[in-house]
Amino acid sequence: MTTPQPVLSVEGIHSFYGRIEALKGISLHVDEGEIVTLIGANGAGKSTTINTISGLVTPKMGSVKLFGETISGLRVNIVASKGVVQVPEGRRIFSRMTVLENLEMGAYLRKDKAEFAGDIKRVFELFPRLAERRSQKGGTLSGGEQQMLAMGRALMAKPRLLMLDEPSMGLAPVVVDLIFETIERLNSEGMTILLIEQNAAKALTVANRGYVLEVGKVVLEGSGRELLTNERVRKAYLGEE
Amino acid sequence: MSYLIEQTINGITLGGLYALVALGYTLVYGILLLINFAHSEMFMLGGYIGLLALKVLSDPGLADDLGFGFLEPVQAFFNSGTIGFILMLVVTFLVSGALVGVVGMITERFAYRPLRNAPRLAPLISAIGISIFLQNAVLLWVSSKQLPYSRADGSSFVPVKTAFTLFGVQVSTMQVLIIVTSITLLLALDTFIARTRVGRAMRATAQDRDAAGLMGVDVNRVIMLAFFIGPALGAVAGIFNGMYYGSIKYNMGFIPGVKSFTAAVIGGIGNLRGAMLGGFLLGIIESLASGFISHAYRDVIAFIVLIVVLIVRPGGLLGESVTEKV
Repeated sequence: MTTPQPVLSVEGIHSFYGRIEALKGISLHVDEGEIVTLIGANGAGKSTTINTISGLVTPKMGSVKLFGETISGLRVNIVASKGVVQVPEGRRIFSRMTVLENLEMGAYLRKDKAEFAGDIKRVFELFPRLAERRSQKGGTLSGGEQQMLAMGRALMAKPRLLMLDEPSMGLAPVVVDLIFETIERLNSEGMTILLIEQNAAKALTVANRGYVLEVGKVVLEGSGRELLTNERVRKAYLGEE
Repeated sequence: MSYLIEQTINGITLGGLYALVALGYTLVYGILLLINFAHSEMFMLGGYIGLLALKVLSDPGLADDLGFGFLEPVQAFFNSGTIGFILMLVVTFLVSGALVGVVGMITERFAYRPLRNAPRLAPLISAIGISIFLQNAVLLWVSSKQLPYSRADGSSFVPVKTAFTLFGVQVSTMQVLIIVTSITLLLALDTFIARTRVGRAMRATAQDRDAAGLMGVDVNRVIMLAFFIGPALGAVAGIFNGMYYGSIKYNMGFIPGVKSFTAAVIGGIGNLRGAMLGGFLLGIIESLASGFISHAYRDVIAFIVLIVVLIVRPGGLLGESVTEKV
């Protein structure tokens, strides 16, 4: 028996911003059907990790593999074409395009025109608000709606690995709940998810496993439940005494 | 009345040329936030390559000398009247547009791309360098003199000078050609950007380059495309400019370049329709000012318009407001 190939495996990556070493040898893996979360303070290297996986940042050392195939060093659009899709921090939707055009951009690389209509319908079913606003410019949406649009846009790409960078940042609690419900729903349908969150309590509750990052290194890893009850995590990230 | 019409038609003609060149500035600025100072040289190169193409296409002797003798059967048709002339012009546009477009892509690849992540001043200086290089290359390798834009026998390329008479105003064939061609090209580009998949990728890249990359857009190819389309349209304007004013010179790009850039800023730099609107507006205002106030003051008036627009609407007429929701 061979062990199943992880969807994503990150092996000892070092990434730099100029001369600043943002990642000092990060290793992690995400298996098929898992939700894995990265938690840590600002500047711990969470976004840099995701951006290195996406190809926006090229690691100086180490490798990123998708189903065993090395993807580190490939250009961002090539990584995207392999099914690694990111919902970036701060949504980064195309604000001067309509909701529909944003979703079309999500499906930019897809050749199967026939399924397009069905996928749009599915996104509108997940986020009915987007259906109401389909002809509106992205920039006129509320923060929560923009987050829904960013997620919908990513889903249009039919990701094999969906990476979400701070999806709940700056949103009202009701919307945060909706976003997390959607994450769980997508996962229950088989989507493999790598989730970055400031809201460690919520993230660890939905995640199968988690990694704790501090200044560019993984300092702790474990199942969501283990980390939730870990004393160090409770003190540093869950705000408990 | 007829004088007003005459000046307005002159203005629309001039505006069409400004709009064609302005698009090149605005396309590149929209994506890279770079003011491509070398763009005026694409207009100039278009004038030169277009002149060579027109001469080869119209002159059997020259074509033979340069190894294009096989063109002889079509040359008779090209020289036979208005239809032939228009077809010759279309071929000239395609050839010159493609060649100048390739020059544009080469400048991007070697002068701008290596500086993509450098401070914004660096590619600006690089652009000025390309501009100086291209002007001097033409000066040294082609001619330092003004070249007449005419056939081998010294006659103009346009077989019929006057197209029609409107309210006692003679409208020249060149004016009709320039206005019709520029509007056609502008509408075609607008449709391409608004409706096609590649056009959407260009808009996405202009709005958020990294996010477009995350969607799978090959950002480098989109930028190359912008550096092809802009110079190709600029080349068409350069050829028209040569035919309309009758001659070309190695430094012919500078003034129209500055004016077209002004047109792009008036319309809202980065905005395609703004560049078109700004081009026609500037052309018409300049013509009317030159006809009714003072020919010598037309540039002064054109730039006063720019200043007034920028005071009232700092982003330009159709410019997006700068603030965006995060």
